Amino acid sequence: MIDILLVDDSVSMREMVSFTLKQAGHNVTEAEDGVQALEIAQSNTFNLVITDINMPNMDGITLTAKLRELEAYTFIPILILTTETSDPRKNEAKMAGATGWIEKPFDPDHLLATIKKVI
Amino acid sequence: MEIDIDMTQFHDIFFEEAIEGIEIMEKELLNLQPGDSDSEIINTIFRAAHSIKGSASTFGFEDIGKFTHSIETMLDKLRNNELETTQELISVALSAVDCLNNMLTCEKAGESHDTPTITSMAAKLDELTSQATSDINQVVPETDRQTDASDRNQVISNDDSPEQRWKISFFADEKLFYTGNDPLRLIRELQNLGELSIEMVADKLPDFDNFDPHNCYLGWHIQLRGQVSKEQIEEVFAWVEGDCKLDIINQTEHRTTPDRRTERTQTGRRKTDKEHRSIRVSTDKLDELLNLVGELVITQSILSSACNAQGLETTEKLHECLEQLERNTRDLQEQTMSIRMLPVDNAFQRIPRIVHDLSIAQGKDVTLELSGKSTELDKTVLEKIGDPLVHLVRNAIDHGIESPQERAAAGKPKQGVISIKAVHEGGHIVLRISDDGKGIDPEKLLANAIDKNLVHKDDNLSDAQIMNLIFQPGFSTAAVISDISGRGVGMDVVKQNISDLGGSVEIWSKKDIGSTFTIKLPLTLAILDGQIVTVSDQTFIIPLHSISETLVFDDEQTNMVAGKTELYQYRDKYIPIIKLHELFNIKHKTKPDAEVKQEEDIKDVIKNNRQSSLLVVFDTGDNLAGILVDDVIGQQQVVIKSLEKNYNHVPGVTGATILGDGSVAFILDLLTLSAQHNKPTALLNTA
Repeated sequence: MIDILLVDDSVSMREMVSFTLKQAGHNVTEAEDGVQALEIAQSNTFNLVITDINMPNMDGITLTAKLRELEAYTFIPILILTTETSDPRKNEAKMAGATGWIEKPFDPDHLLATIKKVI
Repeated sequence: MEIDIDMTQFHDIFFEEAIEGIEIMEKELLNLQPGDSDSEIINTIFRAAHSIKGSASTFGFEDIGKFTHSIETMLDKLRNNELETTQELISVALSAVDCLNNMLTCEKAGESHDTPTITSMAAKLDELTSQATSDINQVVPETDRQTDASDRNQVISNDDSPEQRWKISFFADEKLFYTGNDPLRLIRELQNLGELSIEMVADKLPDFDNFDPHNCYLGWHIQLRGQVSKEQIEEVFAWVEGDCKLDIINQTEHRTTPDRRTERTQTGRRKTDKEHRSIRVSTDKLDELLNLVGELVITQSILSSACNAQGLETTEKLHECLEQLERNTRDLQEQTMSIRMLPVDNAFQRIPRIVHDLSIAQGKDVTLELSGKSTELDKTVLEKIGDPLVHLVRNAIDHGIESPQERAAAGKPKQGVISIKAVHEGGHIVLRISDDGKGIDPEKLLANAIDKNLVHKDDNLSDAQIMNLIFQPGFSTAAVISDISGRGVGMDVVKQNISDLGGSVEIWSKKDIGSTFTIKLPLTLAILDGQIVTVSDQTFIIPLHSISETLVFDDEQTNMVAGKTELYQYRDKYIPIIKLHELFNIKHKTKPDAEVKQEEDIKDVIKNNRQSSLLVVFDTGDNLAGILVDDVIGQQQVVIKSLEKNYNHVPGVTGATILGDGSVAFILDLLTLSAQHNKPTALLNTA
């Protein structure tokens, strides 16, 4: 069981991912954009961050870069939720320090299999 | 870990979210002007589309995902300035959004899509997209990609190739840990694929003084044996591609992976909109909560009156506590009510699009002014006010605003103005829909009404009364019913819808100046300000907002018409008298010791009763009428309990409530009562 910070502006995706992770026994904290996530991340610790890319206020790439600047998050796995198999932003996210990505559409099993790679 | 999760549980929330996304797209598209390259607006639309696409395919709505992808691709070109914002593009995008909306509605209802429309719409989008100035970043068609994604697992499992021997050389960059990746995890994952033999290369390991534990200095030569495809191995290393030196060699084929990827960067995108933090709760839960709070209010008032009756108020402490409880209950009730309140902006959302589309279709120049968007209204009221509002706006454009030429000739600015204002006025929400169009000509309107036999030509009607004729069933001012306003829905339906919500609508109009419709709505449907009245031993509630006056009943003022309908002279009018004891079969109170056997006696009793009766005069907007009651007890806020839900529909009654003494009182349905005053027997039989 690990503590996961989940960031997505889409309520449906957040519910689905969060439900899946909780079913697998993890603790999930939700944030709806990068700004909120960063705020939460500064006063809590997590073993894993999962974030959407396209979000209002602060996108997932900026969030990744900002998290990497925080000492506590230097080595924490950060996974990006992407929609494109060949998304140029995937590389952008990697440049910002993302660990890897989960491609949408994904099913719960795929999601759990993917996060297993980093925990 | 295998987990079985029912994805349909997220469908409702997906639909709700997708519809919100569609509304955002529509609203922002309408803000977009030809030639615009406002990246904020385009980005907002793009993000909404992107989000719908991602969730749609995750929740199994591939068609919606695919179609949204076409919209998204076009928006992406627009965003990168490869396409120009033209009126055509905006129109196509708007129709595409409509199409998407239809698809969602179909999915929600479990119906199949209108495939030809969707296909042709998608083709239109793709055609527009293909006009992009640069096609360097040729987008992989979504169909291919979808196959790609869904076949991913298949490729792996279908790989029945015999055992392969792979040699993998993996030399991580020093900074690998800084991306959260760990060579150990990668090697463990390889272990899941087949049998490994690992040789570590540590020649880059620096001496102790230069050693940084955060860096990765190691490399590995790994032998992997098993039914493993190259894709599977590549997938393991996908996240560290570019952060390491990786060679994957099939020892029978001796082929290396070419270094394929180039990195592109784009400037980050931001959005400044501050959104409300909120939590979604199903309305059923809210209603249940509201219901419970209602019960609490009732219990509280029963408790209060019980204490008063017992003279317990002398116990000062108890009295204080009761006051405190009353305050808390009231606050709790108000807070709970406010949960159901939403900004009226939600009902305005469709309006800009309608004004945009209709004014283009009719060659009119119309600007829309919305104000008071943040005024809050009950969710149910809000949902039901949308259609009447749209109808009034359609009417304003269709019949109100003149063409630019006509306006110029009349000395008005070419651009017509429709304004919608929402304000909070004394416990009500008032919506004013005004236009500065040609207004309504009372003479024409009256002539029309006489033609239709709605009024008699000798009737002496004030201008205001004439104006109100447009709310009569079967009335339309347009000589020919256009396909825009005349959708089989008249102003009478608008009025009915508003009345159903406990509201009222009034019209003000002046020829050549314009028209204003004023809609008055209750803040909530759950609570009512009522006048408590009694008839014999029964208690009734009359909605306070409809009551004009309460008078002492004077038998001299009554008049029999046609031998059976009794009218009362109220000021200069004769109004019908509604007799609740007849309608609801209530026996008259008789003096305890007076034995009434003779019909004569009964008449006497009735007469005596009537002499001490009161007449509550009410105005539903259509009709004035009076209700004959024995006594008026007082005014009180009552919690409305549905009779339909708990018992059955009763004509003449909108609901019931529980009073402070624990007794049940019916809330009268004034509309039905006043409409039925000519045929009381009909009510009596069904009641």
